Amino acid sequence: MSWDRALNTVGAWALALLWVLPLAYAIWTAFHPAAYEANFTLWAPLTLENFAKAWSAAPFGRYFLNTFILVTAILIGQFILGTLAAYAFARYSFPGRGLLFGLVLVQLMIMPDILIVENYKLIRALDLIDTIPAIALPYIASGFGIFLLRQTFLSVPKELEEAAQIEGMSALGVLMKVYVPLALPTYLAYGLVSVSHHWNNFLWPLIITNSVETRPVTVGLSIFASIDSGVEWSVINAATLMTSGPLLLAFLLFQRQFVQSFMRAGIK
Amino acid sequence: MQRTRQWIHAWLLLLPAFVFLLAFTHVPAITTLWNSFWTTARGRRPSRWAGLDNYDTLIADPVFWKVLVNNIWFAIGTIPTSIVIALVMAVWVNQKLAGRGFVRMAYFTPTVLPMIAVANIWMFFYTPGFGLIDQITGLFGMAQSNILGQSDTALVGVMIVTIWKEAGFFMIFYLAALQTIPPSLIEAARIEGAGPWTIFRRVTFPLLMPTTLFVSVNAVVNSFRMVDHIFILTGGGPDNASSLLLFYIYEVAFRFWDTAYAATLTVVLLAILAALAIGQFFFFDRKVHYK
Amino acid sequence: MLMTKFKAAAAALAFAAAPAAADVDLQFYFPVAVGGAAANTIEELTAEYVAANEGVNIEAIYAGSYQDTVAKALTAARGGNAPQLSVILSVDMFTLYDEDLIHSFDTFATSDEDKAWLKSFYPAFMENSQIDGKTYGIPFQRSTPVLYWNKEAFKAAGLDPEHAPATWEEMVEMGKQLTIKDDNGNVTQWGVRIPSSGFPYWLFQGLTTENGAILATDGGTKTNFDDPKVVEALEYLVDLSKEHEVMAPGIIEWGATPKAFFEGQTAMMWTSTGNLTNVRNNAPFDFGVAMLPANVRRGAPTGGGNFYLFKGSDEAETKAAFDFIKWITQPNQAAKWSIATGYVAPSPATWDTEVMKQYAADFPPALVARDQLEHAVAELSTYENQRVTRVFNDALAAAITGEKTAADALKEAQAQAEAILKPYR
Repeated sequence: MSWDRALNTVGAWALALLWVLPLAYAIWTAFHPAAYEANFTLWAPLTLENFAKAWSAAPFGRYFLNTFILVTAILIGQFILGTLAAYAFARYSFPGRGLLFGLVLVQLMIMPDILIVENYKLIRALDLIDTIPAIALPYIASGFGIFLLRQTFLSVPKELEEAAQIEGMSALGVLMKVYVPLALPTYLAYGLVSVSHHWNNFLWPLIITNSVETRPVTVGLSIFASIDSGVEWSVINAATLMTSGPLLLAFLLFQRQFVQSFMRAGIK
Repeated sequence: MQRTRQWIHAWLLLLPAFVFLLAFTHVPAITTLWNSFWTTARGRRPSRWAGLDNYDTLIADPVFWKVLVNNIWFAIGTIPTSIVIALVMAVWVNQKLAGRGFVRMAYFTPTVLPMIAVANIWMFFYTPGFGLIDQITGLFGMAQSNILGQSDTALVGVMIVTIWKEAGFFMIFYLAALQTIPPSLIEAARIEGAGPWTIFRRVTFPLLMPTTLFVSVNAVVNSFRMVDHIFILTGGGPDNASSLLLFYIYEVAFRFWDTAYAATLTVVLLAILAALAIGQFFFFDRKVHYK
Repeated sequence: MLMTKFKAAAAALAFAAAPAAADVDLQFYFPVAVGGAAANTIEELTAEYVAANEGVNIEAIYAGSYQDTVAKALTAARGGNAPQLSVILSVDMFTLYDEDLIHSFDTFATSDEDKAWLKSFYPAFMENSQIDGKTYGIPFQRSTPVLYWNKEAFKAAGLDPEHAPATWEEMVEMGKQLTIKDDNGNVTQWGVRIPSSGFPYWLFQGLTTENGAILATDGGTKTNFDDPKVVEALEYLVDLSKEHEVMAPGIIEWGATPKAFFEGQTAMMWTSTGNLTNVRNNAPFDFGVAMLPANVRRGAPTGGGNFYLFKGSDEAETKAAFDFIKWITQPNQAAKWSIATGYVAPSPATWDTEVMKQYAADFPPALVARDQLEHAVAELSTYENQRVTRVFNDALAAAITGEKTAADALKEAQAQAEAILKPYR
């Protein structure tokens, strides 16, 4: 038994060290001069210069703001549209329900990410190329979100709804006062997945944005890193830490709550 | 009357979501097919009906076959591995463990760091000579490697980064699911005299089946969608050895500006995903009940 | 920040006094592949021009890498709001022409002075700037590959540290002396490094030119990938690793190359002159810069970006953009730009300015690129350029990784390029 435990601990730690290695390397290079990028001596001099360099070489503040706006817009859109649609699927019976729900499930497999060519044409037709809404629009309605909220709403006892109706609450009132509060863990869990996904999304924003005013952090980072004169890991990693810092911190601080919300949301 | 009002209510609730779903998923999927029968418009020549010409090009295109085969290997290489590692990680951090906080944090990092940034770091790990891997293997007297620069290993290099990312992400789902399993169930099995491995196989794993379904659907989709790191690591090279279908679609559409052929390639991708969706539906149908 | 709207204070006053004269607003896209200093120089120059020219506003937009900039310009043009001017890779000329997006400069260069200006650039740069005798691009952000060598490594290997290899054979011989192995037989320092990731065709074009081959002819509609001289050049490149073992095997990463040089992983490297400032600031040893070694002749491709004048704006705007391009490529401005970035000054007159002479005296390696220009040829450029170079790059990679022989790989590439280019003849 104790052997077993020791073996598990060693395995878990080995894997953990392997998994944390990229982050560890990012921290190492970001805080040391470029000469120590590939040279791991314990007493290498520390510096903050890489951060200053990265900050002055590209408008990361702006990129950061763009990403923040983008992620917030997508999240709000997904919550509103997802809630309304999930409620319809969970509590109404109407013609076409099966077919429409099938169409929602289709989006679990066929995501807008792979339809880059046609979506690009559509955005161009809407004259929205190089705008933040253009990055957000394809993701506003999420099949995953609708599916998840429907599952949660289905588990809400009917009696609660009936009681509210007897009190004279409207359908939307019931949704807002009964269903939404009970589904809060689902919103939290789904919100975290959505935020981390769109914070890190790259391909679609790369295609659809062209300027500093709209580019999210990921695209900004890739442009910053693909310079003619060779990779400067120290500066790139300083930029990486700067731009992922807030998300990193939030996740580290709230990892327990995060997992618990998943648990209670029944994402399993 | 009352029923009709209910219907209208439901449809109104669905309307906003469906406007966007149809506009950015279902309609584009159909227009992709339609556009694959046309030529690409160039500045001096408008688009014209091409019939199956684009499909002839596709069949004769060695790069297409190469990236298709790559993508299949990529899926085979990354999906099971990342799911198994995710499960193992989740089991580990779900039990008492020295330094569990750190271990869990380490497993979390891939979810938080963007692939595009991580790819730069992995590129350093892989760099021949002074890269991390070579520095370590060099201590044991091993020769320089060039994982990303050789056609037989470049895809593996890309796959490792993918597994790192995916396993960390899926771990969260398994961990959440593990925590919902009542400890009394495990305790009961233990009293019956079952060993840890039997408990896992007979109790825990079956209870995790819905999570496995969810995670595997995600993993399948991601194996056709995750190409961010390829931009930095290899650019699809050498000679397309590490290129995947979506990366090739991107190149054809946005570097060569041949949107008609890109649409044709997308049709293939859509067909694959549809086939996989149907396959998964039948495969998991008996084992999981989602209602 | 990087995107700034320059407005001369004078313009505001003029507006108040004489509202009749409408302002001309120009959009100018530029890629900066070298980092912050270059962007600042562009902005300074733009501001200087705006201050001196009442009624002209220039919005200088940093559009990212070369790839991003051409994509952005194409997108904007298709949407009917093309910039008036942009710096884009010289090799994208045929694509822009094919899409009918750019003006010929000859249309606007009517005065004798203007015509003389069109003739003031190095011929090597103009090769990538003309179609059917008409000028579509003005050289500005141009470069060429050169050989950098580590003088200390040369000394340690018993070689003359002031003498870089001048021929192919010499590079192999010196490479052998410079390749160092440890006790396990593992290489700790390679002789030479010719990066082959991303766009291997560019440095490889150094080899083909030195071997007397021209890769693309007939106004960008024909390639000569299977020319025996090209095959021979590729065999030489492959043999550097396979036969002579003076270069690391497999694809060599472009981005990691300067670092490998600084780390002493390689004693020589081929890379762009755009790296001069980087190497000067970061190499922890004494280094030299030389022309690429010769075989049947000296040779190198040119590279980098040209100014293009986009269609789709009114006469006054296009004329203003033309004037701005003319101004910024004049010797004094071009010198300022060249010194700040390391790009090769595009006209002989620029090298004759006082500041440029001073710079060259302080830092003689800067002259190497200029001297190499007389041997330089146009960078590989065709219609459907991205696609054709991609085919070629894939063939090079296949040969370098040993998947195919040089001859087979190039034969296949030639057949594919033929199929792509046939409709353009």
